[in-house]
Amino acid sequence: MEIKVNKETCTGCNLCKKVCLYDAIEIVDGKAVINENCIFCGACIEVCKLNSIEITGLKEEQKDFSDYSGVCVYLEANGDRIADVGFELVSEGRKLADQLDVKLSAVAVGSSIEKSALEAFQYGLDKLYLIDSPVFSDNLDDIFAKALVQVITRYKPEIFLAGATWFGRTLIPKVAAILKTGLTADCTGLEIDKEKKILLQTRPTFGGNILATIITRNARPQMATVRPHVMEKKKIAQDKGDYKDRIEYIDIDEKNFKSKYKLLDTEKELNENINITDYDVIVSGGRGLGGSEKFSMLKELAGLLRGVVGASRAAVDSGWISYPHQVGQTGKTVNPKLYIACGISGAIQHLAGMQTSDIIIAINKDPNAPIFKVANYGIVGDIFEVVPMLIKRLKNKILLV
Amino acid sequence: MIQIKIAVCIKQVPGTTEIKIDPETNTLIREGIENIINPFDAYAIEEGVRIRERSSSEEVEVIALTMGPPQSKEILKEAISVGVDRAILLSDRAFAGADTWATSNTLAKAINKIEDCRLIILGKQTLDGDTGQVGPELAQRLNIPFIGYASSILEINRNKMKVKRLMEDRYETFEINLPAAISVVKDINTPRVPSLRGKMKAKSVEIPVWDANQLGADEDEVGLSGSYTQVVKIFTPKIKHEIKMIEGSPGEQVEKLYKELKELNVI
Repeated sequence: MEIKVNKETCTGCNLCKKVCLYDAIEIVDGKAVINENCIFCGACIEVCKLNSIEITGLKEEQKDFSDYSGVCVYLEANGDRIADVGFELVSEGRKLADQLDVKLSAVAVGSSIEKSALEAFQYGLDKLYLIDSPVFSDNLDDIFAKALVQVITRYKPEIFLAGATWFGRTLIPKVAAILKTGLTADCTGLEIDKEKKILLQTRPTFGGNILATIITRNARPQMATVRPHVMEKKKIAQDKGDYKDRIEYIDIDEKNFKSKYKLLDTEKELNENINITDYDVIVSGGRGLGGSEKFSMLKELAGLLRGVVGASRAAVDSGWISYPHQVGQTGKTVNPKLYIACGISGAIQHLAGMQTSDIIIAINKDPNAPIFKVANYGIVGDIFEVVPMLIKRLKNKILLV
Repeated sequence: MIQIKIAVCIKQVPGTTEIKIDPETNTLIREGIENIINPFDAYAIEEGVRIRERSSSEEVEVIALTMGPPQSKEILKEAISVGVDRAILLSDRAFAGADTWATSNTLAKAINKIEDCRLIILGKQTLDGDTGQVGPELAQRLNIPFIGYASSILEINRNKMKVKRLMEDRYETFEINLPAAISVVKDINTPRVPSLRGKMKAKSVEIPVWDANQLGADEDEVGLSGSYTQVVKIFTPKIKHEIKMIEGSPGEQVEKLYKELKELNVI
C-alpha cells in the first residue's frame, strides 16, 4: 500500500501541502513529495484539482455480506428508563432502513425496562429484542457487551447504531472489537450510498474543524455511535399495531453473565445536577464570572429556563465549579436547544464542545471575544448587569402567566 | 524487583488551536502548526508516574509507548522528562493509516512483547481523531477489563485496583483485577512540568524503535490494510454563520433578547 503523486500532472501548486495536517508533504523541484509522516487521511487527494494523488495497493477483498440485513439500534437504559438518544436513533434508523428497504430493530438491555422500551414503537420500530434482567441493573461493561454481541451475531444486522454517551463510548468499542468490525465514533451525519448500499458515516474531527466521511470495509455490521441530541426524535403516525408479536424476549442464563467488574459505590452529586448533556438549555459561565459565588446567579437563570449550569475550563480550573459541569474538549460535548455563554471568551477547545447547539447567546464585555464568532445572538455588556435583569424579566413573565 | 509494570499509551497530534480555515478556498491552512503531545495523554503519564512515586520501593516501572512516524520520538522524550522510566516507539510505514482497530492491534502486540504489563493508561481521547475508542478496543484485544473516564485511583497493587470513573451524572467506584486498562480524565491530577534532571535524561536517552517485523505483525493486520474503517472524504464544514448583535442600554438589550427568545419559542 502506498500513496503516490503523479509527477506528470502535478504542478507543485502547493494546495496539498497547505491542507496536510501532518507535515507530510514537501514541494521538491516543483513537484509534491509525500514523506513518512503521512497517515493516509486523504485530505490531499480531496483537494488536488488535477487528481494527481492516489492511494494504491490497498487490498479489496470481496466478501459476501448477503446474510446481514436490517438496521438495529441499541436502546441504552438509565435505570428503568430508556435514554432519549435511543429514540432519536430509532427515528434516524427508520430513515436508513426505508432507504435500504429493510427492517428496523432495536435491542434494549437493562433491568425493569420493558415499559420504557415499548415507547420505541412510536418512533417507527419493526422489532424489539428485549433483555430484561436484574443482572443488568448496574452498568457493567463486560456483561452488556456480551448481551449485545449475542443479539448481533444471532440476528446479523448490516447496520448497528448506538448513543455516544459516556457508557456507550466505552461499551460499544468493546462490542466492535469482539465482533471484529469497524466503528465510527460520534457521527453527526448518516447516509446510505444508494448504489453500493453502504453506510456513509460523517463525523467531526480536530475539534469540529474538519468533517470526515468514513465507510466500513470488509466487515459487518457497519457500526456507528451518535451523540445525544444530534438526531431528531420524531413520532410517526399512531402505530396501532399490537406490539406483542413484535417483541422478542431474550432469556439469558444468568450464571453466564457474571461481571469481572465489582461496583463498590455510586455517588451522585445530589445538590446539583451534573448531567448537563441531558438538558435543552445550558447557561454557562466563564472567567468573566470572577468567583464561585457568582454561579448562583447562573443557576437561577438556568432554573427559570428549566436548564442546567455549565462552565468553561477556566472557571473549573479556578475551582469555582466542579469538573462534571465543564463544557469543551476536555469536558463534555453538548448540543442543547439553547446555550447561553456568560463571560466566556470562547477558546477553541470550549467552542468545540458547544458550537453545534441550536441557538447560542453570548454575553461578554469584549466585543472581539471569539465566542461571538459562533453565537446567533450577541450582547456586548456586563454580565452582572444583563443577567440579573434577564432573570427579573423572566420572573415577571412567570408571575403574569 | 518490579512488581507492577505500567504502560502509558500516548500520541503525537497537531495542536488544533492553530488550525485556520482559508475563507476563500474553504480549506485548512496548516502552516506553522506545531506537533504536540496529545493534551489528554499528559494526565495519563502523570498518573503512571504518581503510582510509582506512591509505592514504597522501586517496585513500579512506567513505560511510555507511541505509534507514529519517527518524529513522534519527541513526545516520548517529553514523557521521559516528566518521570517515565523508559519509552518505546512503534514505527513502520506499514502502520500508517490505521483506524482505532488497527492501532489497538499494534499497541496490543507491543504490550505483549513488553510482557507482564499490569496496568495500561491512556488519555480519554486524542485531539485529532477524537474517538476515545483505542482504549476499550485495546483492552478487548488483550481480554482485560477497561474503565473509561477514570477520575481517581483509590488503591492499587499487583493484582487489584480500586478506581473511580466519571459518568455524565455520577461517579462509580469499581474494584477490578489486574491486568486492566483505564483511560483518564483531567480531573485525575495536575501534570507536572519537566525537571532539569528530567530534561537532561530526555536529551541523552536512546529510544528503541519497534517495527512491524519486531512486533510479529503481518501487513494485513496493521495500518490502513488492517483497518475496518476508511476515510473516503475530508471536508471543512460550511459555516453559514450569522450573528445578530443586540444593541442598546442593558435594559433595552434584555427586552430585545426576551422578545427574540419568545419568538423562537424557547421561553
